[in-house]
Amino acid sequence: MKRRDILRRTAAASLLAVPATGLLTGCALGGDDDNSGGESLEGTKSEQNPLGVKEDAPLEVVIFNGGFGEEYAKAHEAMYTEKYPKATIKHSATQEINKTLQPRFVDGTPPDVVNNSGAGQIDFNGLVSQDALADLGELLDAPSLDIPGKKVRDTLLPGVVDVGSYDGKFLVLSYAYTAYGIWYSTKLFTDRGWQYGKTWDDHIALCRQIKAAGIAPWTYAGKHPRYMSWPVISMAVKLGGQDVAKAIDNLEPNAWKSDAMKAAADAWYQIVKDGFIMPGSPGLDHVQSQTEWCRGKAAFISCGSWLESEQAKVTPAGFNMTVAPTPSLGPGDKLPFEAMRGTASEPFMVPAKAKNRAGGLEYLRTMLSMKGAQDFTKKVSSLSVVVGATQGAELPVGLTSVVKALDASGSNGFNWVYNNYYRKLERELVDAACGEFFSGRTTPAEFLDQCQKGADQIAGDSSIKKYKRQ
Amino acid sequence: MKHGKYPLIITFLVPPLLLYGIFVLSPYLQAFQISTTNWLGYSASADYVGLENFGNLLRDGALWNAVRNNAILLVLLPVLTIGLGLFFASMLNMGGRRGTAGVVGVRGSGAYKLVYFFPQVLSVVIIALLWKEVYHPNNGLLNATLRGIGLPAPTWLGDPRTAFWAVLAVMIWSNVGFYVVLFGAAMQAIPKDIYEAVMLDGASRWTTLTRVTIPLLWDTVQVAWIYLAIAALDGFILIQQMTDGGPNHSSDVIGLRMYNTAFGSETKFGYASAIGVVMFFLTLSVAVLALRASRRDRIEYS
Repeated sequence: MKRRDILRRTAAASLLAVPATGLLTGCALGGDDDNSGGESLEGTKSEQNPLGVKEDAPLEVVIFNGGFGEEYAKAHEAMYTEKYPKATIKHSATQEINKTLQPRFVDGTPPDVVNNSGAGQIDFNGLVSQDALADLGELLDAPSLDIPGKKVRDTLLPGVVDVGSYDGKFLVLSYAYTAYGIWYSTKLFTDRGWQYGKTWDDHIALCRQIKAAGIAPWTYAGKHPRYMSWPVISMAVKLGGQDVAKAIDNLEPNAWKSDAMKAAADAWYQIVKDGFIMPGSPGLDHVQSQTEWCRGKAAFISCGSWLESEQAKVTPAGFNMTVAPTPSLGPGDKLPFEAMRGTASEPFMVPAKAKNRAGGLEYLRTMLSMKGAQDFTKKVSSLSVVVGATQGAELPVGLTSVVKALDASGSNGFNWVYNNYYRKLERELVDAACGEFFSGRTTPAEFLDQCQKGADQIAGDSSIKKYKRQ
Repeated sequence: MKHGKYPLIITFLVPPLLLYGIFVLSPYLQAFQISTTNWLGYSASADYVGLENFGNLLRDGALWNAVRNNAILLVLLPVLTIGLGLFFASMLNMGGRRGTAGVVGVRGSGAYKLVYFFPQVLSVVIIALLWKEVYHPNNGLLNATLRGIGLPAPTWLGDPRTAFWAVLAVMIWSNVGFYVVLFGAAMQAIPKDIYEAVMLDGASRWTTLTRVTIPLLWDTVQVAWIYLAIAALDGFILIQQMTDGGPNHSSDVIGLRMYNTAFGSETKFGYASAIGVVMFFLTLSVAVLALRASRRDRIEYS
């Protein structure tokens, strides 16, 4: 009776993922690498058509169906077909970008535009090191679709080109603009007469006050503790300047143990030591911890500007969430209190083997038009990377605070990209280190050691391509 | 009639065998091939690297950590699940001592049977989500109960000392119902007169269970052992949903390592395939060993 069952069970249990990958890539290995995608469709370039779009070439767009949904993309597609009525657009939306598209990349027949985002995102290091992405440089130098006299490059917020560039080549257009900071409810703070502290000492004093009032000052996503690495690194960058982040991005030896990182880790250890973190936080995932925060059980949480839409369903009316920059360590900080981490997110890419590559670029140009960007902000209540696209739009409370904070941050804004270059370093290694640190099982020195060990592991792995941030 | 036999057999056998060959066997074979390359998954090119991936496996601390956890599962999951399953099944089928005939279950055994089977009808993902809320450190059912009776309330899934055991408990909970039914069915097949004779001799419930029931159920226990051993080498879905291997890799399993290497934080399909191949042989040897070790003479009821 059983032998056959055993085999079947073995099949189901042991090689869960392998059959799928192997099968879908049936003739992958040993196939020829070139030309399997065929010639790219191109039209003649002109002033009206700077990217050389073939006007009747079909275009395929794959959208990540996550927090932003797919409606905004359908609107962009309608704008594209308005300009090229002869083109047909094949639209699809999925949450599993990775599993849906992997076989098509191998096959050499990828879609023309891919919104590579979400938990099922394809690791960019893998894509870039396998030359799977088209250079978007041409797009940057093309004139903007509806902002007269400007190139696309000049319509983008600072840092957008930086975050999408690998070894100087611009390969990934991140379309939404995200600010990372510390969130609190203005209602709670007004009711209690609390004031957000601009320095770390003030912050600690406030935490003491909040705890005395019977509310936990902090909570965080214990299942994804990397959320807490953001305020720690932010504080270090504000203390030591942009080079602190660059050293981390470039995997420089002992970058995680720089003086600035040490000072920041020591400072943050205070909230662990003094019991300012809500008990039980290490056992919560991001949604659970954010929900506790929305219920007023904790005062502060570290998150990006997607928080407001993610929590829309459970946020009580009048909660008024607001983002603030990480407190400054002291007067010796190189960047002012207002400086905060802002970065482009929600990546879009045009595969190198896309049939209608010019059309893909043109689609991105449509998204980056003033009309496209305004429509996006209106539809999904999020910022786009196009300068000035929020003007006149009515934004929810949290997003309004994001716009204000980013304005104040201005040219002092900073960012790091090691999480794009080396996904595993943030998602697995720094993540685990943060979990140990913020649940009080390691000291600041041990925490930084563990992060550094992770970075060294990536640096020493010859199968991972390394990039240098300029 | 007789000469028509082979066309009939072939018509019925070829399509399933073909499907099995294409969708099960050929991917297996390709996984073996891919495991000897450095394929990164998003281009058609990959270099042959021989056994380098397997060499790296040996030095991969994160993988060994996962193997260790699977080994613990391999020991504890079958023992605890089968133990509990046998206990419940015997209570439900022959635990009652009312009347003289004796061979009946405890009072209300029908309702219990139904309740035990509940987890089996839920999908694993639902079970994971359900228990994630039960283990919720502040609002969860478990900690609320513990606080209610004045006991300390640990952060079950957020503490490396408890996370793995908390998931193990869920694995047992979700498996036990099926084995209660399986063992129960097998017990029904044991002739009643054996039990009547045992009871006339004045045997206790424990003696009945260990000296009579279990030896007579040995075939079924053996099957259960193999199923559970294979499940213990997997454990992927529950772990991924409930802890994602954390905190600090304390609840990592091989399946999760493989998934994260290919689809998660990296795209090393060659290396992930090597992990898959290792898992294949591990599972196969465990199944074979379990069969060998538990081989006994079969008892036929005449």
